[in-house]
Amino acid sequence: MSEVLLEAQAISKRFGGVRALSEVSLSIRRGEIYGLIGPNGAGKTTFFNVLTGLYAADQGRFVFDGVPLKISAPHEVAKAGISRTFQNIRLFGSMTALENVMVGRHLRTGAGIVGAILRDRATREEEDAIAQRAHELLTYVGIHRHSNILARNLAYGDQRRLEIARALATEPKLLALDEPAAGMNATETESLKGLIDALRADGNTILLIEHDVKLVMGLCDRVAVLDYGEKIAEGPPAEVQRDAKVVEAYLGGTVA
Amino acid sequence: MNLRDKQPALYWCGVALVAIALIALPLVLTLVGTAWVRITNLAILFIFLALGLNIVVGFAGLLDLGYIAFYAVGAYVYALLASPHFGLHLPFWIILPIGAFFACVAGALLGAPTLRLRGDYLAIVTLGFGEIVRILVNNLSSPFNITNGPKGITRIDPFRIGELEFYNSDTWMGILFTGPAKYYYILLLILMAVIVINLRLQQSRIGRAWVAIREDEIAAKSCGINTRNVKLLAFAMGASFGGIAGGMFSAIQGFVSPESFILHESIMVLSMVVLGGMGNVWGVIAGALLLSFVPELLRYTVEPAQQALFGRMLIDPEVLRMLIFGAALVLTMRFRPAGLWPESRHRQEFSGEHRS
Repeated sequence: MSEVLLEAQAISKRFGGVRALSEVSLSIRRGEIYGLIGPNGAGKTTFFNVLTGLYAADQGRFVFDGVPLKISAPHEVAKAGISRTFQNIRLFGSMTALENVMVGRHLRTGAGIVGAILRDRATREEEDAIAQRAHELLTYVGIHRHSNILARNLAYGDQRRLEIARALATEPKLLALDEPAAGMNATETESLKGLIDALRADGNTILLIEHDVKLVMGLCDRVAVLDYGEKIAEGPPAEVQRDAKVVEAYLGGTVA
Repeated sequence: MNLRDKQPALYWCGVALVAIALIALPLVLTLVGTAWVRITNLAILFIFLALGLNIVVGFAGLLDLGYIAFYAVGAYVYALLASPHFGLHLPFWIILPIGAFFACVAGALLGAPTLRLRGDYLAIVTLGFGEIVRILVNNLSSPFNITNGPKGITRIDPFRIGELEFYNSDTWMGILFTGPAKYYYILLLILMAVIVINLRLQQSRIGRAWVAIREDEIAAKSCGINTRNVKLLAFAMGASFGGIAGGMFSAIQGFVSPESFILHESIMVLSMVVLGGMGNVWGVIAGALLLSFVPELLRYTVEPAQQALFGRMLIDPEVLRMLIFGAALVLTMRFRPAGLWPESRHRQEFSGEHRS
């Protein structure tokens, strides 16, 4: 088993005349938290959307877990083992928190129409297993007391956590979090940091897009910096922070 | 459902009362007039249709304005396989599944190319599909006479189980069972099955996937749901309910023609789903019953009421019926936009404990 879980090879994506991503290459190792940072419009979310099959890349390819990743449709990517959350939370609003996580189990379960109608033993056992796993995951992310509350009625921070629980339900090898701390206050961010730390401790590999520099520096093992669709730096946070190009991209001036 | 656990005696008493009422219903209605038994049967057929459409519209959130086409497919399959038209007389329990199958295929055929569309665009395509099917059966009379065109197909076989005929009256144990009353019992039986199937579908892996697609398609895809297949499944399931209902309609009426499958019927079924409460099986049933019975009640009351009040007919009953009907729908949308009995999704009541 190779140390590298995901390798992006020269990924390019254009929107008309805008080069959203130009030949971005990076590799994510197993068990690490890999941060993707950069100013607004740098192409971070585009990279996410290409990776998870929402957009097709113009060029380049991904090698995931040792095999080329066939990005034909988002559900194929999820099946391959990449699960994501969204910058603007996308939960199933009129389903309960529990049901949201249960939907996440769809991929790893198999009951069909006939099973649903006959409700045979195998289907019932599978349903129980789905519910049980969903309960465990809700406990894991710390919102189990809200199991039966509709997703849209959850507090903002809890919605973020629910999205993570739903993503975990698909048994991902790579968990991709798109700005999980967006819109959170300092306390909420701190507690989210605890959750992400716990996820790494439990062996998850995480790709993290984040604006909150403090959070990124505190959490990530390595970060890559995107600016105008190009990767301008990569490495441990402390190093990247001192990189002249990075400072320029963020502050918009030349460093003396 | 809580009552069942808290006070089982009360719950089962209630169930028994409802069962007795449902069994006695046609016998009581026969005393009022056999027409009311027929109206009840049609209402049950509309419940089938509304529940089938509810899978597509209520669960999966796909607006389908041509649903009646599947009803037509079922009705014509029955008519062709059990009438002198082709000289075929297969028994109903063989034809109904065949009709469901053909409707299911029609659903998949419609769904496969169109399910990339969403919202209004999907609605327009399904509207077109409904009309295509109607116009097709209207014109498939030459060069080969398949559907007999606008004249329709007559003398369709009624249901028959061994010696038991469904079109005539029988007296058992001193009680008169008319033809419609006998149909009522078989419809009621199938209705029970259809309700159970719907409730089970709703609380299943596939049912959750449908709702997930309705709520947020992109998130559903990212959760690993193959949205195209799951939507196709919704279309096919909904269509097969329509097909079964169509077959029974053929048998009960003994006659089908393209006129029974106009756009107005699609809209009627959709109104039942929306009025009752999209996504809630019981709400949809209530909607179907209301929209089936209220117009009939008005039909029988509007004229005498006007005669009594004014001594003559001021407004044509048909006009007044549509007026009241329209007003009721507008008021519902104004005051209960989610329907009379909307879906409550607080159903996974594990109350913090794992079910074992």
